[in-house]
Amino acid sequence: MLMQLARASLWNRKGTVLMTVISLTISIALLLGIDHIRHEAKSSFTSTVSGTDLIVGARSSQLNLLLYSVFRIGNATNNIGWKNYQQVKTHPQVAWSIPLSLGDSHRGYRVIGTNEDYFKFYQYGEKQPLKLAEGKVFAGVYQAVLGSVVAQKLGYTLGEQIILSHGVGSVSFAQHKDKPFEVVGILAPTGTPVDQSVHIPLEGIEAIHLGWQGGGMPAPGRSVSAEQSLAMDLEPKVITAYMLGLKSKMATFAVQRQLNEFKGEPLSAILPGVALAELWQMLSMVENMLLLITVLVIVATLVGIVTTLLAGLKERQREMAILRAVGAPAATVFLLIELELLLMALLSIGSAFVILVAGLWGFRELLASQYGLFISINPWHDQTALLLAAVLGLTLLLGAIPAFLAYRRALASGLMVRL
Amino acid sequence: MSAHTDLKIPALELKSLVFSWPGQAALLDIPQLKLEQGQHLFIYGSSGSGKTTLLNLLAGIYPCKYGDILIAGQSMAASSAAKRDQLRASSIGVVFQQLNLIPYLSVLQNVLLVSAFAKKIPQAEQRARYLLQKLGLEQQLWQAPANQLSVGQQQRVAIARALLSQPALLIADEPTSALDHKHRDGFMQLMLAEAELCGTTVVFVSHDPALRSYFKFELDMEQLHKGVQPC
Repeated sequence: MLMQLARASLWNRKGTVLMTVISLTISIALLLGIDHIRHEAKSSFTSTVSGTDLIVGARSSQLNLLLYSVFRIGNATNNIGWKNYQQVKTHPQVAWSIPLSLGDSHRGYRVIGTNEDYFKFYQYGEKQPLKLAEGKVFAGVYQAVLGSVVAQKLGYTLGEQIILSHGVGSVSFAQHKDKPFEVVGILAPTGTPVDQSVHIPLEGIEAIHLGWQGGGMPAPGRSVSAEQSLAMDLEPKVITAYMLGLKSKMATFAVQRQLNEFKGEPLSAILPGVALAELWQMLSMVENMLLLITVLVIVATLVGIVTTLLAGLKERQREMAILRAVGAPAATVFLLIELELLLMALLSIGSAFVILVAGLWGFRELLASQYGLFISINPWHDQTALLLAAVLGLTLLLGAIPAFLAYRRALASGLMVRL
Repeated sequence: MSAHTDLKIPALELKSLVFSWPGQAALLDIPQLKLEQGQHLFIYGSSGSGKTTLLNLLAGIYPCKYGDILIAGQSMAASSAAKRDQLRASSIGVVFQQLNLIPYLSVLQNVLLVSAFAKKIPQAEQRARYLLQKLGLEQQLWQAPANQLSVGQQQRVAIARALLSQPALLIADEPTSALDHKHRDGFMQLMLAEAELCGTTVVFVSHDPALRSYFKFELDMEQLHKGVQPC
């Protein structure tokens, strides 16, 4: 009966109710959306690299090493020796390794000098290996494999000749014009910085820098042509970092300590999981702020709704008196107002979900292609129920104010309401 | 049938009822009043004489702290608020001056509203249809929202609702004040005739002395305070 009353009463005021539901829907959709993106960002962020036990580079902070080796942000403090890398590779605990040589770029996208092991051992997400969407892994010195975003944004297809720039700015004056690279492979999208990278062999990195001295362009007459360089010794002298996979996880800390105390040169060995967690902690402050703001938006919306209810209470006094006259306990008045609010809140939650899922579905393609973001359509997480329960609880708590006032008025003014 | 069929128990009995607002002199002080089943009483009183307060007490909205009100033998003073609400739903019908109906419910839903709060009313829906028919409300109006009816029609729906549970007592608070002369006459006759059929006792309060002609028994507020019995 109360339910029927509440529904009829809401329907009777459908204009106001609709506006109320719309405003509540927007703020709940905002809350759920932010919460969803928070989860997705975290899972996508922490799954940028997986399966790798240690990342090794020149001595620096673990965040710096993580940023330039995995996220391709910032620069290495120093290079590390190729000979030392060869020595570490022979460590009995090392199962595999991926060398990384950074410092060049192509139209703003970072160039990674590496070898075939990169495509064999690099893993992201739930230990997923890299997959080629088209073509094959590089085999020659002047060949390149592109990340999916690079290929798509720049419109490159297999066979394209690309010219690399020295340095990592999006505009570079020093270009390796004399040694173009041929695109031989394009990777499938991963949603990680791999999508934004250009991969070439270590020998290619060595070749384009032949004759360069101290980071500057070769003096006239000292440059080496592409054909000439092929005949030369292209074994790298230095690399920037390398990733290690160990035979046993148990050995991770021991190997880390050995590398950190490496005699040949100062090295830093980091555990990517730990470093990622530390980095996320810094970033999560921002997302917590964002969540806090959405919570405040909800509170503001609810306060607005309660204000509307309070203003409308006088008009409904007669209605309440009629209910009392036919024998309704005063508590019915309280329950009726709370029930109406509850119905509006549930309706808002329902439509917020519909809007959110529709929005995520609609923008899925765009987000994946333009930003390399893979956001799941399902915005339901473990704590979503808790979040929604909190919204409902807050609604009922704030709704108790007008409900209680109506209750007290119903008790005091009795049947004969003076109009 | 409800308890008021027992003829020996008065439908309404007031026993040294005193009511005052906090910090004020007694507004009501009624030594005794007894109404038999089916008796119709007209109470005349000017504004401010405590009529409205008396009706709120009779309906069990206000608790009676001093003295007692018995509806078909059931004591208000001895009942909790919830029990008084229950008593009002099953044994008391109320008709206001105007705006008796919840505007967003249909005519039929308004009449049946009582059955949501009263103890089981036998064949409530059938009885609602019967009452509406008898009060001259055509069937095509029953599903219409209450606010589409004229004032006169609304007041007749209010009678149907007040009598749905065959209450011991019908309280009417100037139900004709919004009606013109012609409609007033028809309304009074319909209401009293239906109450008669149900065996319901009527307490009709008004400041309009012209209406006393419909009643066999009449008292004004002053007589009430003196304990004069209707005869």
